[in-house]
Amino acid sequence: MNNIIKRFIPQILAILFVVLIFGFLTLNAQTNMDNRGIDFGFDFLSQESSFDVQFSLIEYSGSDSYARAFLVGLLNTLLVSFISIIICTILGVIIGVARLSSNYLIKNSAAWYVEFFRNIPLLLQIFFWYYAALRALPMPEKANAWFGVTYMTVKGYYIPAMVWENLNVFLYCALAAIISIIVLRNYANKLRDTQGKQIPVLLYSLALLILLPLLSFLFGGVSLGFEIPELKKLSKISYIYEGGISLPPELIALVLALSLYTSTFVAECVRAGIEGVSKGQKEAAASVGLKPNQVLKLVIMPQALRIIIPPTTNQYLNLTKNSSLAAAIAYPDLVLVFAGTALMQTGKAIEIVSITMLTYLTISLTIAAIMNWYNKKIEIKEK
Amino acid sequence: MFKIIKQLTSVVAMFAVLFAFSTETMAAKKSKTLENTKKRGFVRCGVSQGLPGFSNADESGNWTGIDVDVCRAVAAATLGDATKVKFTPLSAKERFTALTSGEIDILSRNTTWTLSRDADIGLTFVGVNFYDGQGFMVRKGSGIASTSEFKNGTSVCTNLGTTTELNMRDFFDSRGISYEPVVFEKADEVVAAYDAGRCDTYTTDKSGLAAQRTKLSAPDDHVVLPETISKEPLGPVVRQGDSVWEDIVRWSLNTMIEAEEYGVNSSNADMMKTSNNPAIKRLVGAEGELGAAFGLDNEWNLRIIKQVGNYGESYKRNIADTGILPDRGPNELWTKGGILYVPPAR
Repeated sequence: MNNIIKRFIPQILAILFVVLIFGFLTLNAQTNMDNRGIDFGFDFLSQESSFDVQFSLIEYSGSDSYARAFLVGLLNTLLVSFISIIICTILGVIIGVARLSSNYLIKNSAAWYVEFFRNIPLLLQIFFWYYAALRALPMPEKANAWFGVTYMTVKGYYIPAMVWENLNVFLYCALAAIISIIVLRNYANKLRDTQGKQIPVLLYSLALLILLPLLSFLFGGVSLGFEIPELKKLSKISYIYEGGISLPPELIALVLALSLYTSTFVAECVRAGIEGVSKGQKEAAASVGLKPNQVLKLVIMPQALRIIIPPTTNQYLNLTKNSSLAAAIAYPDLVLVFAGTALMQTGKAIEIVSITMLTYLTISLTIAAIMNWYNKKIEIKEK
Repeated sequence: MFKIIKQLTSVVAMFAVLFAFSTETMAAKKSKTLENTKKRGFVRCGVSQGLPGFSNADESGNWTGIDVDVCRAVAAATLGDATKVKFTPLSAKERFTALTSGEIDILSRNTTWTLSRDADIGLTFVGVNFYDGQGFMVRKGSGIASTSEFKNGTSVCTNLGTTTELNMRDFFDSRGISYEPVVFEKADEVVAAYDAGRCDTYTTDKSGLAAQRTKLSAPDDHVVLPETISKEPLGPVVRQGDSVWEDIVRWSLNTMIEAEEYGVNSSNADMMKTSNNPAIKRLVGAEGELGAAFGLDNEWNLRIIKQVGNYGESYKRNIADTGILPDRGPNELWTKGGILYVPPAR
């Protein structure tokens, strides 16, 4: 009995303390807001926002609600984080492996890259890429075509837009290809486990992935056209490209800065992971007759990944949170659109800041959950 | 028994403290903000991060501008010294939060008076110290001479969190022109991006355009278009709930404007004490008991005029002589064809 009390009293006190603090803060905010005649509420979310946003993945105009403006900002944050995570992972793996290379030049340039980009504050890098790019890039009318149809200009990167017909048929075919690849892999695994037979899964998968969508073009009535950006005159000296898709320079600068910066940390995680697998493993694998690429794929990587995943998750979370620096260079992310313009226009500081905080928390927890799931999948399964 | 008595007395003491508090707030004509300001010894004033003519700091940290002068006037009236102001530079995004949270007591930062700001977010606008309107700046070489020549796809640089964003949308929407808003948090970033050619036009209040133009690499290559697309009455703001403080700020500004109307300025203010005109005598504290209404002494307005000057002096010093807007336009006195008109101080 005494023991139980001893065990629970500190916990109850701790909870009580937290509740009291929280209650005090709420009450304090409430009285102060009452005194100053500020209402609390989330009604504003359904009101008309009456401001426009530069770049949006969904249809949006000033006559839409604040809730939709929130969605626009959220999607822009997710977009820039998603692209940057992919680029920083690819770059990070390459650089990380390069640092372990026996080639002096490769090894040292990778080391220099890491030391250079991780030791300069991110905000400065963002400003550098943005203003350096703005200064260096040509005006639209002077831009040279890259790959014949894309134009890199001070007002953005203009690329052709795809014009699909019967896009859904194509998507179904692609989905069918993916499902059949999964089925094939399971079948191949079963075959290997029960009969010891190996089939070239990769080759078959590639064939499926190319053939099925191709069939949809031939027989499904799918067609793909391109809308190529064309120069249009706005005034005597100013031009833009019309048609196609325009990627704003703000997005490009932000992706560059975020992915270059974070890739250095990912590279270090990768290096640590590979170095963390003991040499004996590699030698033992070689001695049982595995080829070098099999050694890497079947022995080294599965063990290295266990070391790489948790710290890399942290880097992904950092990257997503760092994307809020977008506001500095006018990229319309969640902070700029919602915690910036919307907050200013409504004055609902407490509501908007708490929604924004909760949103970042949710994004971070989701990324962490996905990475934890992956980590669970690849961790040692003791039997 | 002794213990109980001790407890009882502490309870009584507690109630006494509570009661004391409530009676204090009941007492009329007392401004908490004024008391705190006097205790602190300086006025806390929120200004812009650097807008020449309105609020701008030089290398040694001296603030000048007509927005700055409003705060200096309040300091002269309440503390007797126009230099006793602590300036807090704020972005457009931070300004209202800084005021409502009590970090500053006056927001004098080229802020547009609108219904929703006045009514919604716990603020009170006390007057107008500059009548402005939103305009557009373009490159001279573009040949654009009027806003009617903007075409679909025009990219527009501007500041975050201002009425500008809303006016811009109203303007382009009503004309059915699609545009690309490029919205920065700080004015310097807008200038840098516009200068680099990111945008075809830069929009903000016309006074702001005139001031920011001086920061461009080649100011003469740019021109402000003649149209004004909105009303932007800019003025100082205070927190809601302290009506005495509100009155002090309002009448400090009004004093400067009325002083110009009656020809009272920093150099002749003392002589005006013997004027024949009772209105002028009231303005320099030689007649009536105007200060008492705010809990101030009777020479509060004289100090404003002597230390800061009248509105005309402030305008000339900060905006006309610096070449930002030599022509006063609507910011001329009503007696001289402008719209500056303040209620009488009596």
